[in-house]
Amino acid sequence: MIKAITMPKWGLSMTEGVVGDWMVAEGAAVESGTEVVLVETEKIAGAVEVAAAGTLRRAVAVTGDTLPVGALLGVLGDAEVSDAEIDAFVVQFQENFVPAEVSAEEGGDETETVQVGELSINYLRQGSADRTAVLLHGFGGDLNNWLFNQPALIADRTVIAPDLPGHGLSTKRVANGNLLCMVHVLENLMEELGVAKADWVGHSMGGAIALHLAQSSPQLVRSLTLLASAGLGPEINADYLEGFARSRGRRELRPLLRQLFADPALVTRQLVADLLKYKRLDGVQECLEALAYQLTDTSAQTEDARRIIADVPTLVIWGADDRIIPASHARELPNQDRVHVFDNTGHMVQMERASDVNRLITAFWNDQS
Amino acid sequence: MGQLSIREAINQAFDQEMERDSSVILMGEDIAGGTGSPGEDEAWGGAMGLYKGLYRKYGDRVLDTPLSEAAFVGAAIGAATCGMRPVAELMFIDFLGVCFDQIFNQAAKFRYMFGGKAETPVVIRTMYGAGLSAAAQHSQTLTSIFTHVPGIKVVCPSSPYDAKGLMIESIRDNDPVIFCEHKKIYDVTGDVPDELYAIPFGEANIVREGDDCTIVGYGMMVHRALEAAEQLAGDGLECEVIDLRTLSPIDTDTVLESVENSGHLVVVDEASPRCSIAADVAASVAREGFGDLKAPVGMVTAPHTPVPFAPELEKHFIPSVEKITACVRDTVDD
Repeated sequence: MIKAITMPKWGLSMTEGVVGDWMVAEGAAVESGTEVVLVETEKIAGAVEVAAAGTLRRAVAVTGDTLPVGALLGVLGDAEVSDAEIDAFVVQFQENFVPAEVSAEEGGDETETVQVGELSINYLRQGSADRTAVLLHGFGGDLNNWLFNQPALIADRTVIAPDLPGHGLSTKRVANGNLLCMVHVLENLMEELGVAKADWVGHSMGGAIALHLAQSSPQLVRSLTLLASAGLGPEINADYLEGFARSRGRRELRPLLRQLFADPALVTRQLVADLLKYKRLDGVQECLEALAYQLTDTSAQTEDARRIIADVPTLVIWGADDRIIPASHARELPNQDRVHVFDNTGHMVQMERASDVNRLITAFWNDQS
Repeated sequence: MGQLSIREAINQAFDQEMERDSSVILMGEDIAGGTGSPGEDEAWGGAMGLYKGLYRKYGDRVLDTPLSEAAFVGAAIGAATCGMRPVAELMFIDFLGVCFDQIFNQAAKFRYMFGGKAETPVVIRTMYGAGLSAAAQHSQTLTSIFTHVPGIKVVCPSSPYDAKGLMIESIRDNDPVIFCEHKKIYDVTGDVPDELYAIPFGEANIVREGDDCTIVGYGMMVHRALEAAEQLAGDGLECEVIDLRTLSPIDTDTVLESVENSGHLVVVDEASPRCSIAADVAASVAREGFGDLKAPVGMVTAPHTPVPFAPELEKHFIPSVEKITACVRDTVDD
């Protein structure tokens, strides 16, 4: 077995990445899912994982190189494959490799929009499996929050990631911010897209929305995956929510965003700039303030949420260092069978522990079928 | 999201704000010119085509004015005090002399002299800068004459995204705003959201990150600074390029933070050097960031002369990429 490890494509606008440090030495044995090399894009830094078990035979890419998406980073092979065969593979790959001609604007996969009542909803659909999964981002996020997850989950599901109302490229309107309005929009969205049942994955506010949806439309829900979810306990960092809604400038926003990650270095200049571009759009501040107001009043939700979790197959994942919604909300759930709390991980658990989260979700889905 | 030029971005800002707010009106010389004339399907839309299509859509909210800056700039300021949100065009910044009393002694003073009770939400947009061989009376960079006056805001975008967002903020702002556009960069294109958005005044944009030297500029000079930074990166010198975006208020904090990290500062300004934005930034950093400076502040500006008409001389007059790279090298090697 010889397999190429290539430059991944994280997010629609990524065309190239800068190779960081190798995390595994040449000749080392790796498991499927082992993170082998760091890659940094202008938006984000992450680790590339291998898709199969084997031995890292060659680390081709040199730290500091800027390489296009799809370029050869390294070679994975069984121990019995000869060095000559590996070298021949590298030569052949490099001769045949043509970087995809994708401009940053066009991206690869295109998002689509659908009219749901008075709202235009933007979403990214990837994969073609029979079963569908829906990924719901959190407060102030958008479908790009799933850039490390969506491509990894399409083997088992058609994966739809919408921009929720008030977010991303969807209409900036959320009425009074009541999450039930969001649920209503999602119910209609499923009808528009012809989805009868789905596995729902919700991060933070998206988790609370998924919980409400499971309550009001149980027929739409095959399973729930709740990541650092709102709605499971009374505590939530109101200063963060209100500060994020209010802040207009880089200097106010950056320290707030640093609370999202265990490693604050993940808050790049580009991340702050992109969020400011979103926050400056007409209507966004009103949407976020309305949502923040509703989200800080979680006292009544907790019991309902626990009842739903008891009825629907549910996976709960959290970062131990979450400074927005404490990990105690996961640890205090009555049933701890499907609760995972990662150390040294903040609120953006699906980004900071992307490969682990993807593996847990895939295994969870497989258990259901 | 679309790819728009600065010209199109400003046109879109006008269109969307006029649709949203019926108190927004446009005034200027020839801005509806051409509409309705025989064989002419569309307005030329002003000297640079910024107003194209707006007269058709908004009719008498797009006002062609007589050739009298004192009259129509004064009228715009008066309309602003009475509840309108006019955007008046002073075609070339060089003409400010004929209407300056209306701006610095009237518009700039109303809020102050009426105890904070009067608002003057007027925008005066104007073209500045050399490079078109338009000679000494149509090529100046007089930005710092406006920044010298308290009570007016001064904006100077370098990209289509900033041009739209800053124009919308200028229209919505309740104080007089001078919106300065460099005449050579109208065709610069970039991503612009379809939706309305406003960029707050007083926040500089870090357009490139680097640890070795900070380059500060605004308007067209941001593009020259970026080109210089790319060349210097080839030699291993990483420059941080800061676009001031608004000159009043000015974001000195972002410059100071950058200099704290880089220890070197080069300021680029197309204006003549004395009492300029460049001199102002250099003085602020000397005063508040002296301990961070490892070398004297470098300044790349035009010489203290009128803008020459002869193209060859004009080329030497405008700060070039070569002059910026040379100044950065001098500063860092000092």
